[in-house]
Amino acid sequence: MNVVRLAVREFIGMFGDDGNLALLALLLVAAITASVKFLALPPLLGGVLLLIGCLAILVQSVRCAARHQ
Amino acid sequence: MTGFTPTISTITAAFLASFVEVVEAFTIVLAVGVTRSWRPALIGAALALALLAALVLAFGPLLALVPITVLQFVVGVLLILFGMRWLRKAILRAAGVIALRDEEAAFSRETAVLRRQASHRRADYLAGVAAFKAVLLEGVEVVFIVVAVGAAHGQTLYASLGALAAFVRVMLIGLALHRPLARVPKNALKFVVGLMLTSFGIFWTGEGIGADWPGHDLALLAIFAIVALASFAIVRWLRSAYPAAIGGLAR
Repeated sequence: MNVVRLAVREFIGMFGDDGNLALLALLLVAAITASVKFLALPPLLGGVLLLIGCLAILVQSVRCAARHQ
Repeated sequence: MTGFTPTISTITAAFLASFVEVVEAFTIVLAVGVTRSWRPALIGAALALALLAALVLAFGPLLALVPITVLQFVVGVLLILFGMRWLRKAILRAAGVIALRDEEAAFSRETAVLRRQASHRRADYLAGVAAFKAVLLEGVEVVFIVVAVGAAHGQTLYASLGALAAFVRVMLIGLALHRPLARVPKNALKFVVGLMLTSFGIFWTGEGIGADWPGHDLALLAIFAIVALASFAIVRWLRSAYPAAIGGLAR
């Protein structure tokens, strides 16, 4: 069981070991998906916003890391 | 998506990502083999590879049951999370904010641990477990990358071939040199892989929500170019805006 737990922990850590980055990315995807499904946002515009949003989250995350050094 | 662009992208992403992970696992297996003996090193590595193969065989066919748009969306989101994590670390390392991983140092740490355990009555077992864990933990990432970049558009075979090529290449180089592959430009590789996985993730999540990207598959290259340009700009900006953080690391 230790091995399975180890592999599962590693698998989860692959996506969420930087909690803020993962949380912001998930919120971004959720907001864009909801906007496309319920607010009739054009899907292509949703894709473009996803690209811009991911880059913005990346900037925010590395800036925080640099500040903490 | 059956064109040339995504196939090459899939193979390249799987190859580069697997290359980095196999180099890291190889360092530990080599340490076990050199310090203790090759028997526990190879048994531990082989058992981990068998477990990883079983995971692929167990979960791979299940993905075929998931509708393609749902699969693209889920895999896309996971690739965004995974790719941005790699990209973030690669940017911070390229800017000098965090230290580069040193394979020689990792090798020295592992050999020191194994030497301390040399007098233990279960030393062979502990050495085998070290090799097993290294291959399993690095291999989980390889399995995810192969399944993720391959599954969303039925290119698992190409992704697997890319990973297999990386494995064979590292083994041939590593066994010939018989020392850690410290000169592999790992951060540069991780940077490229982070860019590719993030781009794949954005492209597929976009398709998952119904986006009809202009240029279809070629849009993947455009997304990659935009993410790459932005990432290089972030590295330059970090170097100029946070010299204290970089200087602290240098000291």
